Amino acid sequence: MTVNGKTYEHEVEPRLLLVYYLREVLGLTGTNVGCDTTSCGACTVLLNGESVKSCTVLAVQADGADITTIEGLAGPDGKLHPIQEAFREHHALQCGYCTPGMVMAVTSLLRENPHPSEDQVRFGLEGNLCRCTGYHNIVKAVLAAAAAGAGSAPIGAGTAGAVPTGGAVAGGGAR
Amino acid sequence: MIPAAFDYTRAGSAEEAVSLLSQHGDEAKLLAGGHSLLPLMKLRLATPALLVDVGRLGELSYVRDEGDHIAIGALTRHHDLVHSDLLRQQVPILSHTAGLVGDPQVRHRGTIGGSLAHGDPASDLPAVVLALGGTLVARGPRGERTIPATEFFRGFLETALAPDELLTEIRVPKAGGGWSYQKFNRRAFDWAIVGVAAVADGGGRAAVSLVNMGPTPLRATAVEEALAGGASVAEAASHAADGLDPPSDLNASPEYRRHLATVLVRRALEEAGTR
Amino acid sequence: MSATQAPAAGTVGSRLTRLEDPALLTGEGRYVDDLAVPGALHLAVLRSPYAHARIRSVDTSAALSQPGVVAAFSGADLQQEWASPMPCAWPVTPDMKNPPHYPLAVDTACYVGDGVAAVVAETAEQAQDALASITVDYEELPAVVDLEDAASDRVLVHESLGTNTSYVWELNPDPEAVERAFAGAAHTVSERYVQQRLIPSAMETRGVCVVPQPYGGEYTLYSATQIPHILKIMAGLTTGIPESKVRVVAPEVGGGFGSKLNVYAEELLCLALARRLRRPVRWREERTENAQATIQGRGQVQRIELAADSEGKLMAVRVKLLADMGAYLQLVTPGIPLLGGFLYHGVYHTPAYSFSCQSVFTTKTPTDAYRGAGRPEATYAIERAMDALARKVGVDPAEIRRRNFIPTESFPYGSTPGLVFDSGNYPAALDKALQLVGYEELRAEQARRRSAGETKHLGIGISSYVEMCGLAPSRVLASLNYSAGGWEAATVRILPTSKVQVVTGTSPHGQGHVTSWSMIVADKLGISPEDVEVIHGDTASSPHGMDTYGSRSLSVGGTAVYLATERVLDKAKRIAAHQLEAAEEDLEFSGGAFSVRGSPERSMPLATVAFEAFTAHNLPEGTEPTLEASVTWDPPNFTFPFGTHVAVVEVEEETGRIELVKYVAVDDCGNQVNPLLVEGQVHGGIAQGVAQALWEEAVYDKDGNLLSATLADYLVPAASELPSYVTDSTVTPSPTNPMGVKGVGEAGTIASTPAVMNAVVDALSPLGVTDLDMPASPMRVWEAISRARQGRN
Repeated sequence: MTVNGKTYEHEVEPRLLLVYYLREVLGLTGTNVGCDTTSCGACTVLLNGESVKSCTVLAVQADGADITTIEGLAGPDGKLHPIQEAFREHHALQCGYCTPGMVMAVTSLLRENPHPSEDQVRFGLEGNLCRCTGYHNIVKAVLAAAAAGAGSAPIGAGTAGAVPTGGAVAGGGAR
Repeated sequence: MIPAAFDYTRAGSAEEAVSLLSQHGDEAKLLAGGHSLLPLMKLRLATPALLVDVGRLGELSYVRDEGDHIAIGALTRHHDLVHSDLLRQQVPILSHTAGLVGDPQVRHRGTIGGSLAHGDPASDLPAVVLALGGTLVARGPRGERTIPATEFFRGFLETALAPDELLTEIRVPKAGGGWSYQKFNRRAFDWAIVGVAAVADGGGRAAVSLVNMGPTPLRATAVEEALAGGASVAEAASHAADGLDPPSDLNASPEYRRHLATVLVRRALEEAGTR
Repeated sequence: MSATQAPAAGTVGSRLTRLEDPALLTGEGRYVDDLAVPGALHLAVLRSPYAHARIRSVDTSAALSQPGVVAAFSGADLQQEWASPMPCAWPVTPDMKNPPHYPLAVDTACYVGDGVAAVVAETAEQAQDALASITVDYEELPAVVDLEDAASDRVLVHESLGTNTSYVWELNPDPEAVERAFAGAAHTVSERYVQQRLIPSAMETRGVCVVPQPYGGEYTLYSATQIPHILKIMAGLTTGIPESKVRVVAPEVGGGFGSKLNVYAEELLCLALARRLRRPVRWREERTENAQATIQGRGQVQRIELAADSEGKLMAVRVKLLADMGAYLQLVTPGIPLLGGFLYHGVYHTPAYSFSCQSVFTTKTPTDAYRGAGRPEATYAIERAMDALARKVGVDPAEIRRRNFIPTESFPYGSTPGLVFDSGNYPAALDKALQLVGYEELRAEQARRRSAGETKHLGIGISSYVEMCGLAPSRVLASLNYSAGGWEAATVRILPTSKVQVVTGTSPHGQGHVTSWSMIVADKLGISPEDVEVIHGDTASSPHGMDTYGSRSLSVGGTAVYLATERVLDKAKRIAAHQLEAAEEDLEFSGGAFSVRGSPERSMPLATVAFEAFTAHNLPEGTEPTLEASVTWDPPNFTFPFGTHVAVVEVEEETGRIELVKYVAVDDCGNQVNPLLVEGQVHGGIAQGVAQALWEEAVYDKDGNLLSATLADYLVPAASELPSYVTDSTVTPSPTNPMGVKGVGEAGTIASTPAVMNAVVDALSPLGVTDLDMPASPMRVWEAISRARQGRN
């Protein structure tokens, strides 16, 4: 399968879930696991451009598919995707655990509906649980990203020179 | 959570799937989108020895106008039902309700055939197909047969499909008249505590079916008969739970389900009558 | 925000976006289960399917022959590994009953999920597969689920204790005054509330990985924990490994909410098995295990009585609690009800006060701290009871609150239960909240709907709260028998290149300490926050700390950072004065440089001072090289954040469905370092508190089985269930610390539950409904309406 633009080939046990293939075989640990029941959405990735819960897809089912994980969203130059940028700008994450899945769900949502209403955002994210933010700032970030045209922004290309506004500071100097 | 070990094979065609099923009997399970089966396997509530993956059978993913009815390939995803213009025009209740199944990720993977073949009484689409008076097409080693939706759901998670049969198509009549789907739950993405599908015939009658009011999706025959007998909507709705033995769980007692059914049937009939 | 002029970007008070975010937004953040540890074995724990059962025998032999299995143990097999049982650090009374609690049960399993055997295998799949091959012979014993039943001692959870009561704790400074008040009251209220058990449900479940150095004898314990420092001490004491040989690292931690403020069996199992097997051992918790084997919150039956005069002014508050400890006492289990025990009079002046708590064992998952820990329970009881009092007196809920607020001019206020509230202005927060929500218009709309006989009822609920956070000072904690201090440590170093390193003893898991601590330091030093490095969560680099819980980090840990920065700056000033040949008192520091007052050309940037301190070529006599200071701050008092939240709900009479249509929060946490982060804390707190009111409950059946053990059954709300919130603040600085800050991590949770429930009851009151248990599910609402109707007929 192709993951973030790179092609991989592995013999795997049929019971290996896509999420563990990504995490343990490919070492792409950005995609998280939060539940056993397809409820929480922390493991959301794009499969052929659409959001899926990778805990409920067998790796063998994704044979030949094109997968995008959170690691593949920002540009190779380190520029965040506009959705990531909006999450940061609007403080749409705290502990960060649901964030990769949430961001991938938003990516899929905005590709299908580039200019959603607040209600459409809220229902469009019904498959992703967050325990920290109360969703307020996530919804705000999605609406801001949509307004900035994030729905048509290319994946893996970053923001092409866009800079954060307001008090944002570049770089992750901490720890 | 990790499923117990199993063998896996991908069917290249419907015929191959059927022949694999007949070779392996009860040991084998079909895998389509996997959104009913894999969660059970992760909790080790299902431990099939062999999964036959039919997910790639593109030949079974379609929505077609067949003149007097619409034919839907069993592997058509919920997401595709939502976005099918043909379905939106000809059978809007099905397209609308597909958009209420689970969440967007589930709708990107889950299929109408998988949903029907699983036969969960709390599922949305089985009740809609039931209200529409749909017909299901199954392929087995002895060829193809059609099963009316009214005869398809046999018991809790039990359908008329034989272990070696593959559900290939769902046929539903065009239903451009009044309709309504009422889903009552506590979180938008949860199963319905109670759901009601209503399809009006324009002449004061309606087909009404119920979600999560018994071991299978059910037709609310008492309501339908009352309507046919000229009862008012409210009067007919009061029969919603007649003779039913709804389940009890964390969200609802049987009494509350009976009450909800009458309220939701009334709302569904009102909406169907005005749409 | 209320500030008239926005503070400059990056300074204290500005809305700086988080420095933590780029790593978390790109998948670079490393949580425990993301760590690659070659050769690690995987632990799986076999858990009791019975709430209460004698373990007759455990046979692990068949598991040993399963593929990949390296070892398998029963509880008895591992007894020799433990130097002491698992810790409870809060023996609230001298005679508190505390049954021995080991990482694996030895002779009796006391709740569904209690560990009874462990398997270690080469892969997680193999470990999980092998659990099915372990045979345990159980003798089932009766479960103890209901609290009143537990208190009756009909069935004993721990036979050897002779009782199910762990302790009775009382706070009753003047019993006669309470009696007199009730005897002379014009109005009394007597209410019974149930605080259902909650599952904290951090999105990251727990995870542990222990890497041993078998020859050196050192162990590195990686854990998804809020408390690396406390864990290090307890891990040493429990396993007998010298504390000097245990390093604890909390990497990225995916939320805690109190559930990771604990010392858990699996942490100790991984440590002991790594020692025994001389290989790394790791474990990741599954969501159902998280529901069963990570602590739960709340779990109380509350009886609250109010005595008031004819005007509705409070004369006394009397509270009796029955608190559910669960099967064992975890780290601070017994102390949780007491954290609310001082606050059952809320924001209201109350001349007489009595509180008592009986805590009992049940055959359920242990309870412990969950966001708010004791204060949400107290606030819920008093705020619901105040609404009941308003109905009795016949005044508006806002008015009953105004009549009783602790007067603004009386701060610092000595409360009847014995606390000193640092600062407050309760009417201001109430007024602002009512104005923001449009209270008068809502009441008018409510009246219109009622007179029109509409069946979609509008309800408005007010909750005015005060809480105590930043547990301190240490000597006061001693009087509560808490076995730890209330201080926090910080070190600030200005590095040779003038970048700054901060070492903190707090251990963030979503709060944004890296950003906030950087702002505090940068603001003082006149540098950019991105030039500050914050080190936390690793006992090797941050040896001293009391960790993160109870909304303490900013007021205690942030203050330590602030004071350490001041101290470093003092030293820098000494060096600069020496090199500029000026007196220290003649130097001023601004724009990142020291200069001589009146001669701005004689100046020295901090960066130069830092390099001079590093080379130490020319330091004043007796001055040590390098710019570094460490401070351990033990605050003089708790801080007391407060505010008013207002919830507006619509309740559909026909189905019982509740919709939260509007939510306004006005919080006062003193001065704000970063309002963006303050709002985030409030938003998340509101969602959790609303969830207690409307959706969440750990449901046990009569046999002690947890029926809501998955996120499909335990109803954590999604974005689709919640509205956007209106948040605002008032600012009443705390006089107890130099920044004037209070805490805000728990405020939202504390305030929101009663606001929502008061709104629901307000909506239903015309139908005769005056009480409703949580969560207010549609079925419960429908049943309450039906009952009220029958009562009237």
